[in-house]
Amino acid sequence: MIGSDLVMYDEEFKLIDAELQRLLSQSNAKVVFLVDKNGQLIAATGETENLDTTSLASLTAGNIAATGGMAKLLGEKEFSILFHEGQRDNIHISIIGQRVILVVIFDQRSSLGLVRLRVKKSAEILGTIFNQLLQKVETGKGPSKGADSPFAEITDEDIDKLFG
Amino acid sequence: MSFINYSSREINCKIVYYGPGLCGKTTNLHYIYKKTNPDSKGKMISLATETERTLFFDFLPLALGEIRGFKTRFHLYTVPGQVFYDASRKLILKGVDGLVFVADSQVERMEANVESVENLRINLAEQGYNLDAVPYVVQYNKRDLPNAVPVAEMKRALNPRGVPDFEAIASEGNGVFDTLKAIAKQVIMELKKGQEGG
Ligand SMILES: Nc1nc2c(ncn2[C@@H]2O[C@H](COP(=O)(O)OP(=O)(O)O)[C@@H](O)[C@H]2O)c(=O)[nH]1
Ligand SMILES: [Mg+2]
Repeated sequence: MIGSDLVMYDEEFKLIDAELQRLLSQSNAKVVFLVDKNGQLIAATGETENLDTTSLASLTAGNIAATGGMAKLLGEKEFSILFHEGQRDNIHISIIGQRVILVVIFDQRSSLGLVRLRVKKSAEILGTIFNQLLQKVETGKGPSKGADSPFAEITDEDIDKLFG
Repeated sequence: MSFINYSSREINCKIVYYGPGLCGKTTNLHYIYKKTNPDSKGKMISLATETERTLFFDFLPLALGEIRGFKTRFHLYTVPGQVFYDASRKLILKGVDGLVFVADSQVERMEANVESVENLRINLAEQGYNLDAVPYVVQYNKRDLPNAVPVAEMKRALNPRGVPDFEAIASEGNGVFDTLKAIAKQVIMELKKGQEGG
């Protein structure tokens, strides 16, 4: 009811995942992930085992939101690329199509130039996939509509059970 | 704005704890964190000043189990209460699915409570949301203090719409899970409605 919900289907998820993996290998990055602007992790690939991707997703969105606020104060629309340089690891953050955030974590095996180049290409492809997804949601082609929605049948007991 | 992933079968929802500075928002999240078993919670992140005042937000991801085969995750956020952090508060409200207003029961904080509800209403409206139409619960916190305003009076001042409300002593955990459960319920029911309507 608030805004439009973000919905992800199997078909697009696979396409997104494949594109993230391609970006990971072509940019020699350690980790690549996608976050929506509200801080929810959409997909991640690479060396994620010891990484708290949920927290990273939330902080990434906070970071984008804060710099977006700064941009507004300066009369800019947004800062579409952020880069944080560390001793060992670096983070490249970019906004794709207003709605999602692409994050690439890389070390000395890669370089900012290479990451920028590959991100640019992937951003186009990911943008197209998200447009396809949005269209699907808007035209009601996805499985969420109609009687087969898994949520239509939710009861109070289902919710009580969540809390054990 | 929830995130439903049919591929990984997950639902993610965002809940924001709002209220004046020092009313006990962070304390609510700390208690939830402490009482939730390790596999169902992520790290709690607090972007705080050196004196533990919330600077940007606290964040606690909770995985609550499954509904109809979908893993259900709630992302709990608090906002900084101090008046001058208004810009940050607006950012955190983006994409919110449900709101908890934490009121400070102390009589000298009543004005701050009322101002904070008003501020919430305005900040929501700026994003096109109506406080009277979103999943919303109210918590009257710090009921243990001797200068606590009677609940009936707080209801009148802070909950004219009559949404579910709870007395709490967040520092001891009283009322904390009742509040969370109530907002979770509303958010999920809203999800159901949204799906039916669309
Ligand atoms: N007496 C009492 N103190 C509380 C209660 N809840 C929180 N506090 C205290 O109020 C202070 C501010 O709490 P905090 O959670 O940081 O407030 P926030 O600014 O809303 O995040 C802390 O010292 C808490 O220990 C309560 O129910 N009773
Ligand atoms: Mg706080």
